[in-house]
This record gives sequence, C-alpha cells and structure tokens, in this order.
Amino acid sequence: MRFLRQAGTIAVKDLKAELRTKEAINASLSFALVILLLFSFAFDPTAEQTREISGGLLWLVFAFAGALILNRSFSREQANDCLDILVASPVSGAALFIGKAVANAILILAVEVVCLPVFGVFYNITWTKRPWWLLLVLVLATWGLTVIGTMFSALTVNLRLRELMLPVLVYPMMIPSLMAAMQLTTLLIAGEPVTGEDIVWLRLLIGFDIIFTALGIGLVETVLVN
Amino acid sequence: MSAVAVRDLWKYYGDYPALREITFSAEQGTCLAVLGRNGAGKTTLLRILCGLSRAARGEIRILGRSARHPETRARVGILGHGIGIYDELSAMENLRLFARLYGLADIENSARHWLERTGLAHVRDGLVREFSRGMRQRLAVARAFLHAPEVLLLDEPFTALDDRAIAMLQDLLREALDRGATVLMSTHQLREALELATHVALISRGRLVHTGERTAEMLADPGWLYRHYGEA
Repeated sequence: MRFLRQAGTIAVKDLKAELRTKEAINASLSFALVILLLFSFAFDPTAEQTREISGGLLWLVFAFAGALILNRSFSREQANDCLDILVASPVSGAALFIGKAVANAILILAVEVVCLPVFGVFYNITWTKRPWWLLLVLVLATWGLTVIGTMFSALTVNLRLRELMLPVLVYPMMIPSLMAAMQLTTLLIAGEPVTGEDIVWLRLLIGFDIIFTALGIGLVETVLVN
Repeated sequence: MSAVAVRDLWKYYGDYPALREITFSAEQGTCLAVLGRNGAGKTTLLRILCGLSRAARGEIRILGRSARHPETRARVGILGHGIGIYDELSAMENLRLFARLYGLADIENSARHWLERTGLAHVRDGLVREFSRGMRQRLAVARAFLHAPEVLLLDEPFTALDDRAIAMLQDLLREALDRGATVLMSTHQLREALELATHVALISRGRLVHTGERTAEMLADPGWLYRHYGEA
C-alpha cells in the first residue's frame, strides 16, 4: 500500500510538472507528427503497401518519439539536485522507478493516441477494425519501451551525451518487444484476428514486460546510489 | 547509542582516497560542525551519511541503523548544495509532495505551518521558478524541517542565505537541538556554524585531524582551529 502511494505520488508529480512545462510532450508529439507526414509524402504508399508497413512505421515513430519523453524523465530531477532529495527520502527506489515509468507510459500513450488518427488521415487507412486488441498491444509495448527507457534514463542521467546514449542503449534492448508490436499492429490494422501462431507475439510482449519490470525494480537502487 | 556513528570510513574516487579512516560519533541533541577547506572531503562525507553514495569501507549507523534503511531516511532531514525543490510546482505543492513521500499524517497543516515559519505563506501558490534565490532557499529549509527530523544533515546550509534567512535557520536549528535532534553541518561560514555547534570535526585532505567539543577559543577566533590542527 505504501509502495503504491509513493509510486502514485511520484507519477502525479511528474505528470503535473510535464503538463506545466509541456517540454517533452510537445517535442515528442511534433516529432511523431512530422515523421508521419514526411513518410506519407516521401513514399506515397498505396492502401495495400500502407497495411504492410503500418506496424513498422508506427512503432518506429513511437519509439523515437518516446525517447524524447524518456530522456526528460530523470534529467528533470537534476535541476536543484531534486534527485538527491528523492533518493535520500524514504521513497524506495522501486516506487520511484514505477512512479516515473507510469508517468512516462501515460505521456507516450497520449502521443500514440494522437498519432493514430493522424496516421489514418495521412495514409487513408481505417485503423479501428480491432480497437481493443490494438489498445492492448499499444499498452503492452509502450510499457516495455517505458520500463527499459526509464531504467536507462536513470543510468544515463549524469552523462553529458545522455540524449544520444539513451536511444543507443534502449533500442537494441527493445528489438524483441518492437518486433512483436510491429507484427501484431500490422495484423490488427489489416483487420485480421490474433490467432494461432500470432499469439506467441502477444506472449512475448507480456513476458518482456514482466522480465524488464522485475529487472528495473531490482536494479534501480544500485543505479541511483553511486 | 550515538545518533550518528561513523567508524573507519574510506571512500575512493578512482585511486584517490577522498576519505581516509574517518571515525567519529555525534550524540543525540548535539550539533557537530564539520569543517575543512575546499576539497577536504566534507561533502563526500555528508553524501555518504545521506545514503547518496557508498563508502568503500567502514560502517555508518544513524539512529542505530544503516543510512539506506527506509526508517533512517524517514527520520533524517537534508539540506544540500542544491535546494531539492521543483521549479514547476508551487511552494505549497512542493511541501505537499514531500509530506506525502515522508508519510506525514496531516499534510495540509504541516505544509502550511512550515510555509508560515519560513515566511512564505503569502506566496504559497506561487510557482517556485518565479521565486528569488532567498525565497527558494527558505522553501528548501521548510522542506528539510517538514517531517520533524531527528537527524539533520546540512551541507553549506548558510550559503546563498541573506542575513534574515541565516537568523531564521539558526533559530530553527536551535529549536531542533532543544527538542533533541542531532545536527551535522559542513560549512565554510565558521562564525555562524560555531555559534550553534557543540562539537567540531576538522577534515583535512580526507583525514579527520581533530574532533572534540567547541571551545571558547574557537568562538572568539574562528581561525584558531585551522591554525592549531589544520593547514595554515
């Protein structure tokens, strides 16, 4: 109970601070929309081509746009040495990590929710054929991106080149989760059901989330106390 | 049981020993001024005591437990180089946040009380980014005292405070000492520190070269300690 209260307090604080400055969300959303727009002009794909590349295109955009939000997660705490005060407070490292991951996930999901209709308009495609399955994939893959990104955001917070280091470290780790998300999203936008061998991608997403959430919770204290 | 006990503490930065064989203790209700020149190791020592950095060797006990124990952290107040306050939140929101994190029962009243004590009640809903440097420092003081800590670890607490704020902080520290809290402060501002201190510890190049009670000579001539035990 105390853990959840502390994690919730951290998440609310991060969301409130971000909604006041809108630094990360504006950068992330603008970047995602510009990339979607540029791709539509650059390749002018047919409806069939769009269905084939939709998962890959969307998740690359979400991953790159998400990195802009994740980069700010712990660097926000550097101003006024707030991270030191949080680490020295009775908040457990795990609660701090989960609170930040939840706030990041909500912000990235918000970017995704805005991008999907824009994607539908620019690429002239109906993406709402299986909305609940698509929502499930979005949530699972976003959580995977978020836990890894939040962990590496903590790890790189004191590096001068953290804006570069975070994507370099996060994307290779994300490959299994991104592959699963791309496969499932392509399938769902085409309106096909998730059955048989495709279920393995869903299991991969769930397993990935569980493993990396547990790793993050277990390692964050070591990362934060130098 | 000492409120703070440090035994045979070593800390390295690479191969360089920033702290060597530091051993001292501070009893409940005392104020220990940790003195030393720039780079002597004061901040490193305070960071280890705060649980922000790990020692290479040695043992630390704060209120009978390790520095990283959650119970210890709930009973320790910290004021460091950075103010530890969020610019995007208001003064009241900052104190509410820390009151929640420290698990205080009466969040609103605690926050309001400390805003009044630090003279910030009139700007309670103002964003911290709009505050002057002195107001931010006073809010940091409120944050450090909010949960009535039993041990206060202060790193250069008088830096950037104006005369009024220094007097306010000294009053708050005296009150804390009166109620039995233990204060450890590192500082360059000898006169302000020695007025409060019951004990002093002098660190030179990572070694503890003197520890003992604060004497009348030290108060009359703050440079006395350096001339007798430290580098001239």
